[in-house]
Amino acid sequence: MWDYSDKVKEHFFNPKNAGAVVDANATGEVGSISCGDALRLTLKVDDDSEIILEAGFQTFGCGSAIASSSVLTEIIKGMTLDDALKVTNQDIADQLEGLPPEKMHCSVMGREALQAAIANYRGEEWKDDHEEGALICKCFAIDAVMIEEMVWANKLRTVEDVTNFTKAGGGCAACHEDIEAILEKVLAEKGEKFDPTAAPVAAREKIAAVKAPLTNLQRIKKIEQVLESLRPALMADGGDVELVEVIGNTAYVNMTGACNGCQMAAMTIAGIQQRLMEVMGEFIKVVPASEMSTTARMQDDCMDAGGRATQGAVAEVEQCMEQLPELVNIEVA
Amino acid sequence: MADIYLDNNATTKVDPAVVDVMIPYFLEQYGNPSSIHKFADGVARGLKQARQQVQALIGCEHDSEIIFTSCGTESNSTAILSAIKAQPNKKEIITTTVEHPAILSLCDYLEKEGYTIHRMPVDKAGRLNLESYKRLLSDQVAIVSVMWANNETGTIFPVAEMAALANAAGVMFHTDAVQAVGKIPMMLQDTKIDMLSLSGHKLHAPKGIGVLYLRRGTRYRPLLRGGHQERGRRAGTENSASIVGLGKACELALEYIEYENTKVKAMRDRLEQGITGQIPHCFVTGDMYNRLPNTTDIAFEYIEGESILMLLNKFGIAASSGSACTSGSLEPSHVMRAMDIPYTAAHGTIRFSFSRYNSMAEVDVVLKEMPGIVATLRKLSPYWSGDGPVANPEQAFAPTYS
Repeated sequence: MWDYSDKVKEHFFNPKNAGAVVDANATGEVGSISCGDALRLTLKVDDDSEIILEAGFQTFGCGSAIASSSVLTEIIKGMTLDDALKVTNQDIADQLEGLPPEKMHCSVMGREALQAAIANYRGEEWKDDHEEGALICKCFAIDAVMIEEMVWANKLRTVEDVTNFTKAGGGCAACHEDIEAILEKVLAEKGEKFDPTAAPVAAREKIAAVKAPLTNLQRIKKIEQVLESLRPALMADGGDVELVEVIGNTAYVNMTGACNGCQMAAMTIAGIQQRLMEVMGEFIKVVPASEMSTTARMQDDCMDAGGRATQGAVAEVEQCMEQLPELVNIEVA
Repeated sequence: MADIYLDNNATTKVDPAVVDVMIPYFLEQYGNPSSIHKFADGVARGLKQARQQVQALIGCEHDSEIIFTSCGTESNSTAILSAIKAQPNKKEIITTTVEHPAILSLCDYLEKEGYTIHRMPVDKAGRLNLESYKRLLSDQVAIVSVMWANNETGTIFPVAEMAALANAAGVMFHTDAVQAVGKIPMMLQDTKIDMLSLSGHKLHAPKGIGVLYLRRGTRYRPLLRGGHQERGRRAGTENSASIVGLGKACELALEYIEYENTKVKAMRDRLEQGITGQIPHCFVTGDMYNRLPNTTDIAFEYIEGESILMLLNKFGIAASSGSACTSGSLEPSHVMRAMDIPYTAAHGTIRFSFSRYNSMAEVDVVLKEMPGIVATLRKLSPYWSGDGPVANPEQAFAPTYS
């Protein structure tokens, strides 16, 4: 049996707001093809204030689907529609004190039902923007469709590439055989052959990377470019990243959407940093914008008037590089 | 009342008598069976006796046809890989769509390696079509592998008849009999079955012990090469305690085979009739007239299996489900899909599987709790309204799927 939190069990055994709302004026009906679960969410919305007065659910699904539905109705009651639209699947999972990775899609179903219900209230047509496939990476809950899309979009060729772009396979590594099978399939569709010894995208790009040190403007443009390439992966999880400021070699970012407050955010930031370093061929530090004032001050201490790093900063950078010899094989300018 | 275990097709309690015979092999006769000293001098005898006890249960001609393995999956892999290694020119395999993953995953893998896999479909009651089977048999087929009884529905396949047809066509025949051994009588020496897999933990022996029956004279290539154990057909130091335990379990299974087919069957029937009589919109899946005596698989329409199991668990009742959400892979049961069970029912299938340790009193407890559990969940279901399903459920509730 799944290792469900007490909160999941509580909401499953004693669901809140079960059943359809009488006089509902908003209905959302969605299902998850991967497990066959389905949910109807009914809302009673106050027409003047757009506040959700009542919410009720009817769910055909497993324990965590019922618990996700129940907690969703609790979260959104009393919210305005605009605020409710900001509720992410991570919020639902957090309220439940976590869900097993295989069950995260139950929380996604909750968020989608909410979006569908609000669209229904506003007379809009709700369109689902993501397709779900078989779960491949259980450490980071990445499915086959997502991996396939990234392989197509970014010309990925190796398992390492897939890990760099999607996180899939970056944990226990048990899914590497499955990832190879996806690479084989997609590459065959493209008329290429999967070669497990091929150089990863990062290394291929590195060969072409500019050797001369970047100007600040070039650096900002390049960072924007890399963030753009990572955006689809983040958005597939309901999140996004926004570049706030670049000072020297430090990029300050805001993690938004589902990434905001997500337990994985730190790991995602580390992934973005690694990717930036790989592509740009220089040390880049990625820091949440919320830490800007303190870090920027420290950074100032080790920059000279021209914004160039002082000896101390160089030493620090070199020290970092030593810790990442396998991941980033680049020279410090 | 103590907790009720109705998940015996998943695994079974080890019989205390089995534990008793195993203990000395941990504490006294722990020598390597190959050694020549007093810590090992009783082990060979123990293994010999166990081989004969297995032989008696499955009714094979020689005890040397018994190869001890680590589990049913190892026996299955050994059988199929042996057949294709021994006959490298034959590139086809016949199996069914409802086999255990131990067979299907291996076949998927071999398909990638260039083998042609014929997966025979089943009808709505889970039965095979023997006419189309006959047409598939040819000199290109390396092996037929068909389960004796299905783990989910208990449906029994006519393996003896199918083995005879394969034999006549010169094709090797293997059967995955992990669910059947110990539940229904068998006499392998009267059949043309070449290989058979069984697993200890399905019949009150411990986990981690299995058997591959290999008919004398069947061409064979070992999976594990190494020492001389099992006459060189399965290298690796013998799991002596478990082998002896499995022997005892087989002896007990033979002793109880009539009990299984009368008393255990009566419990299953009472539960099944009680549930289908009391609860509307549920039905038994599989071939009701040709089933294991201990198994019933019931589809409860418009609700989902994991939810049912969680509520059953609250009442101390253990069963299992063909629902997607209870499998690690989130794949809905391939057996239910193969039988074309409608999806609003397939997700709500619950398998109750009995053993000789169950009692009629336990059946009554389940019968008492089950209607409430189903009603509770139906109250939450978008397909249900009041006392029955909504009119045209599939149209009334048609969510957008992603």
